[in-house]
Amino acid sequence: MALFQICEPDVSPAPRATRRAVGIDLGTTNSLIATVRDGAAVVLPDADGRVLLASVVRYGEREIEVGDGALAHAAEDPHDTIASVKRLMGRGLADATDAQRRAYRFVDAEGVVRIATRAGAKTPVEVSAEILKTLRVRAEAALGGAIDGAVVTVPAYFDDSQRQATKDAATLAGLPVLRLLNEPTAAAIAYGLDNDAEGTYAVFDLGGGTFDISILRLSRGVFEVLATNGDSALGGDDFDHAIVDWIVASSRLPALSAADARRLLAKAREAKELLTQEAAAPIVASLADRGRLEITLDAATFDAITRGLVERTLAPVRQALRDAKLSRSGIDGVVLVGGATRMRQVRAAVADFFGKAPLTDLDPDQVVALGAAIQANKLAGNRESDDWLLLDVIPLSLGLETMGGLVEKIVPRNSTIPVVRAQDFTTFRDGQTAMALHVLQGEREKVSDCRSLARFELRGIPPMAAGAARISVSFAVDADGLLSVSAREQTTGVEASITVKPSYGLTDAEIARMLEESFAHAADDAAARALEETRVDAQRMIAATESALAHDATLLDARERAMIDAALADVRRQIARDDRDALAATVRALNAATEGFAAKRMDRSVSRALAGKRVDAL
Amino acid sequence: MIDFSRNHFEILGLRTEYRVDVDALERAYRELQRNVHPDRFARADDARKRLALQASARANEAYRTLRDPVARAEYLLSLRGIDANAQTDTRLPVAFLTCQLERREAAEEAHDARDDATLAALVDDVRREAAALEDDVARLLDADDPVVAMRVREWRFLVKLADDVEALRASRAL
Repeated sequence: MALFQICEPDVSPAPRATRRAVGIDLGTTNSLIATVRDGAAVVLPDADGRVLLASVVRYGEREIEVGDGALAHAAEDPHDTIASVKRLMGRGLADATDAQRRAYRFVDAEGVVRIATRAGAKTPVEVSAEILKTLRVRAEAALGGAIDGAVVTVPAYFDDSQRQATKDAATLAGLPVLRLLNEPTAAAIAYGLDNDAEGTYAVFDLGGGTFDISILRLSRGVFEVLATNGDSALGGDDFDHAIVDWIVASSRLPALSAADARRLLAKAREAKELLTQEAAAPIVASLADRGRLEITLDAATFDAITRGLVERTLAPVRQALRDAKLSRSGIDGVVLVGGATRMRQVRAAVADFFGKAPLTDLDPDQVVALGAAIQANKLAGNRESDDWLLLDVIPLSLGLETMGGLVEKIVPRNSTIPVVRAQDFTTFRDGQTAMALHVLQGEREKVSDCRSLARFELRGIPPMAAGAARISVSFAVDADGLLSVSAREQTTGVEASITVKPSYGLTDAEIARMLEESFAHAADDAAARALEETRVDAQRMIAATESALAHDATLLDARERAMIDAALADVRRQIARDDRDALAATVRALNAATEGFAAKRMDRSVSRALAGKRVDAL
Repeated sequence: MIDFSRNHFEILGLRTEYRVDVDALERAYRELQRNVHPDRFARADDARKRLALQASARANEAYRTLRDPVARAEYLLSLRGIDANAQTDTRLPVAFLTCQLERREAAEEAHDARDDATLAALVDDVRREAAALEDDVARLLDADDPVVAMRVREWRFLVKLADDVEALRASRAL
């Protein structure tokens, strides 16, 4: 680049380029991406200045749309417009709710749930990857190149399958994942570092589709999660559905078509948002089946029809307090996170329970992404001096199926991660050489009441009398909260081989296939990426030239100035077009046109610096 | 990074004995985690990442064991080759067991009668006995007395009983 960058005299240049690190809040309703810039966490807006990306993906006739554009088509194209896909992450068909079954066409198959779209059957991992890709492109444009590392947040109460699905989605979206971070913990980092907080805090996080409560102790730069609990199928969405159910019941509507259900859902959401400010919300909708509908929802009715949902948040709060061995009065502050905590009845219930007004000084929609960005910045190594430490826990106990359909817990819930725990098992029959293991997650005693994570087969156990073999099964949960299992026969030291079949996840082979498919489009992606990078270069070049002209235009004669202006105009004209090579050519031309100018500026700057020195020396 | 052959006390730089300064334990644990936690090795190669996971997990295990007085006593015994873990050796004096069984029944009756005062008094009694046992255990451990394993089992039993009665109270109060 011809415009040599010149530092002010006596100011040393930046030591080294910072790594491009981002924090991503992949939400049920909205998603955000943030980064740390000049020491402060900031959310990155799209080209139109919007920071929230609606977590909606539409598989259109020609292209895949993500965000508000997709959301606008939800009613007219309901089956191919996927919203709230987070609620299906790591889940099977049996887990789909009635509302989801009404909204989408599911592929009837075992294992991970698949939604039929005009682009083929899509897993929630693939749908989420589209959202993450959109955010990745946004961040690359803002930061001027490929992302070096990302921290992606998950609800604290997400189980292993849901976490693994989230990580798979990020991998599929081409993001190098530094860490999965629990959402309430991310919020606590943003809040705690912002306020220099010390003490014991409760983070109450009600998002679009998930609810978490985490109790943390903040002390001398350590964020220690004492206990976490929640409900990974409870969120603001459920309040929307409660409103729809109320409209249907009070207006005596017949069964709704998928399109009308989407229309009413959108109206319900508007009413919910309006009721955070107003005493009543008018709902007006025109339904394809029934025509115009007009009804008013007042705050008292909204409160009454959602009381059960609000109550459902309090049982996990009580359990988390018990697990942390704390009473309500032991909580120094309550932080509200998630857009759904804007609802007045939720705020009132939290204030009433803890007997103190909750803290809301950080935007509840942004605080999670900001905390994730701070963590990403640290993990990427941009701030070695950052001395804070994060100690998180696993939300749900991990165990193995034993005789009689019971679960033997191996790692109890709220264990600080990472954690490695081993337990010995033995054979049931003489000469037994294989063993089937079933890994479960949950708090209940019976296998049928816990979530199945995976089935393992151990082969190669040396034949021995029943009960003589000592098979040590080791569970390791890493800092992402993800489990891996290994097994070893103790008396002979034979390492038993393991084959894993995730119950509601994708196998490595499936992920590989999806990545391959995405490479088929990768030529397009690579071209788009190259264009974006050239645009970033061009913008930087324009800015640098403008700044130089503003300071040192007097160094140029009229002919030189005209040449630079013409080259600048060429770049500006080309930047809006989709031709990378043409754009790169104009950038090169501008570079050449400013070479002489840069040299003159260099001379002037040097003489100024020397002049300054002389004055100082005298 | 960490010497895995050392015992929990040594890993945290503490003397291998029952009496532990809780503040010093916590400080040592946090200092160790600052050095070995996987967050410090997010960009390292896979081998170093695996090592950080193992080291950090070991630090967590040591801290979890040593900060719980009963677990700490059991761990000290295990270092001497004595397995006091109640799950594999449940021998307890009959008189002791009978007494605790009666207490459990009394707790359930009080719970059914919504008599919180009785429950609270029961918890206090059990906690006081447990505290006395802790003093015994601390003395016996230092004297290397073989009867200590039995005392540790009784102690664990009482702590569990007090926690259970407390949970019974909480299920009503909260």
